[in-house]
Amino acid sequence: MSYVAPVKDMKFVIKELAGLNTLNQLPGCEDATEDTVDAILEENAKFCGDVLAPLNWSGDVEHSVRHADGSVTTPKGFKEAFKQFGEGGWQGLHHPVDFGGQGLPKLVATTGIEMINSANLSFALCPLLSDGAIEAILLTGTEQQRATYLPNMVSAKWTGTMNLTEPQAGSDLSLVRSRAVPQPDASYRISGQKIFITWGEHDMAENLVHLVLARTPTAPAGVKGISLFICPKFLVNPDGSLGKRNDVFCASIEHKLGIKASPTAVLVFGDGKGEVGVGADGTAGAVGYLVGEENRGLEYMFIMMNAARFAVGMQGVAVAERAYQKAVSFARDRVQGRAVEGSAAAVTIIHHPDVRRMLMTMRALTEAARATGYIAAAASDAAHHHPDAAVRADNQAFYEYLVPIVKGFSTEMSLEVASLGVQVHGGMGFIEETGAAQYYRDARILTIYEGTTAIQANDLVGRKTARDGGKTAKAIIAQVRSTEAELAASNHADLKVICDQLGRASKALEDAVEFVAGSAKSDIRAVYAGSVPYLMLAGVVIGGWNMARAALVAQAKIAAGTEAEKRDPFYAAKIKTARFYADHILTRAGGLRASIVGGAEGVLALSEEQF
Amino acid sequence: MKVLVPVKRVVDYNVKVRVKADQTGVETANVKMSMNPFDEIAVEEAMRLKEAGIATEVIAVSCGVAACGETLRTALAIGADRAILVETDADLQPLAVAKLLAAVCKKEGPGLVILGKQAIDDDANQTGQMLAALMGWPQATFASKVTIADGKAQVTREVDGGLETIKINLPAIVTTDLRLNEPRYVTLPNIMKAKKKPMENHKPADLGVDVAPRLKTLKVTEPPKRSAGIKVPDIKTLVDKLKNEAKVI
Repeated sequence: MSYVAPVKDMKFVIKELAGLNTLNQLPGCEDATEDTVDAILEENAKFCGDVLAPLNWSGDVEHSVRHADGSVTTPKGFKEAFKQFGEGGWQGLHHPVDFGGQGLPKLVATTGIEMINSANLSFALCPLLSDGAIEAILLTGTEQQRATYLPNMVSAKWTGTMNLTEPQAGSDLSLVRSRAVPQPDASYRISGQKIFITWGEHDMAENLVHLVLARTPTAPAGVKGISLFICPKFLVNPDGSLGKRNDVFCASIEHKLGIKASPTAVLVFGDGKGEVGVGADGTAGAVGYLVGEENRGLEYMFIMMNAARFAVGMQGVAVAERAYQKAVSFARDRVQGRAVEGSAAAVTIIHHPDVRRMLMTMRALTEAARATGYIAAAASDAAHHHPDAAVRADNQAFYEYLVPIVKGFSTEMSLEVASLGVQVHGGMGFIEETGAAQYYRDARILTIYEGTTAIQANDLVGRKTARDGGKTAKAIIAQVRSTEAELAASNHADLKVICDQLGRASKALEDAVEFVAGSAKSDIRAVYAGSVPYLMLAGVVIGGWNMARAALVAQAKIAAGTEAEKRDPFYAAKIKTARFYADHILTRAGGLRASIVGGAEGVLALSEEQF
Repeated sequence: MKVLVPVKRVVDYNVKVRVKADQTGVETANVKMSMNPFDEIAVEEAMRLKEAGIATEVIAVSCGVAACGETLRTALAIGADRAILVETDADLQPLAVAKLLAAVCKKEGPGLVILGKQAIDDDANQTGQMLAALMGWPQATFASKVTIADGKAQVTREVDGGLETIKINLPAIVTTDLRLNEPRYVTLPNIMKAKKKPMENHKPADLGVDVAPRLKTLKVTEPPKRSAGIKVPDIKTLVDKLKNEAKVI
């Protein structure tokens, strides 16, 4: 058993915490009824568990391989699995019905993102990148571009990529140099080199649709001179059939620490290869088509970026869940050492208190981050579908505040969880064949790509907190406080402890928000010195808030639910997991607060020479 | 030709089944339930017959509590055209199910009924056979290959001695074995379509069937725990133990 999707917890979170049955009352979300969503989760879980999960380890061992002609072969089984993925219609889950999707809410899509990434992170990156490219064409492409590319991308016959990074332009995209020269027929000729292109070349799809950032000859310098282009691997004929091979080739694929089955390509545009020759004006390059208006490329990319960052956050939850499942199954099985309280024979290590602590840390962090991710998704749905503009705006602000937290916190916690996963396995965890190490290696990219944790923290501090004077953050704290009031009204021993710890933690977050909003102008370096701790603090508190809400729901089910609910061990476990979170994770809030509010001195004091 | 596919809602095959504390049965509360895997094979086979142009309509039937509707939705998501739920809270035994299915058969007039050879919960392996007797139709159980042509079904059966191929007249009952096919994964568009497919609801009384149990369960217990193995000094002792203690040779 390599991965069994935690369908019960997923259903609990989408229904009880993310409000599925409120969401499916909104126009455009009616199809997401509880029984339909249940069926989607069950069937997707089967596919991910049976087909994709078994390819995770073999993919890591085999890697994707590039050949001399620039083609790339994926590990055994990937091509067939991707075909099944496409035929299953899973790529289209939340894309518009007009282009062959099912138009389901982001909340439902999020469960799918989690499952596929738990099953096989390397594989899942391909559809994840397609999602971004589909979104970009959908939002900014012409009607003709949509008709040409979207149906085949939504059905996963074709895949999409995002070409942003160049050797000198990583986190700072203003340095992009790739050129796009306009042609008389309104197309462009694109030349340059892009690196770190996830699934930039492979054999799983008939065509690849590259979205490329490049500069036109007249573009101003900096971020305001970057445009976005569609650059397909094969040009598409007017009748929809595939035409000439475009002048974009994979020069190499990277040797990486993790996600080894996912080919990370160096793509060269305009190297005089392929079948497209040179442009009418003699310019060499790959044929590309402008998306939207010139010089607005970065802005378009940012539309996608929120979605992609959110998805990467869910990758964190996903890999954490898989690492947890593996650690639990090992701890149940491995017999080692006598019980501390004494035992006749050696016991399974799950008996040992510190193994319990590790497993509970893994479990609590994963469940909390899942809840935060799902409620963010539900907010995004409400921001799109709610009839009341004010409600839409509030939900949008809430979602945007949460995106850097989902991305930053969930991925940072996935490193902690995957590392604990190795630790639970002891020496065997350090041995590759055990498989625990793969999750640790795979997780390691998550805090880096789609914007490092520091970039997320900058976003949280600057755009999401300082800009509105902490208004959104304080609105969230007010919601936490109302949960505290509910907890305080209970006589349940665990809920009381949760209430106390959540109260202290929310106060710590409030102090940090005051500091960030209040000092952003007067002492900006001090604020940014504490930006990652601030992101982590917000993640800890919002996760704890969701665990507290979960505990309240669970307590109500046990006290006044159906007979089956009263006896369901799931609810009792939820309360104890929330209790663990309160004692072991929420208590981190005080330390983080101290680093944020008073910690800048030590961060910034040394001169460069003193390092 | 209409094909009728009876499906049963059972404890999921991944779940470790536990006996209820009062020993009246197995625990089904808070336990994941899903379609009997043998029935899933039956639905798949029916779909293949439809895709081959042999079946014109595939009708899924389930008998039991309201939640069996979920199992029927799964059958609809695999591709069945419509569903019939015979809803009852009564404890259904194979004979009662066979009678209910016979009533449905008389109503629908299928050319073929295809169902699992047994359900993984009680492993009774009776419903298909009883249904054939009640209808007076031929039966081909434990099918690992089914070919329909000229009003007949040629069925390869998995029997103790190997494979047996028989030809029976339609209408007939076929029960599926494990190797008949490998069920497909349900696709998302089909899950969405399944919502809109019709599902009829009947009560046993509407069908004129008395479902009262004919068998009484006295007690359900866990199987005895396997005792530890022992080492034998020589082959003679082994043979002796196999003969006289285990009584297997």
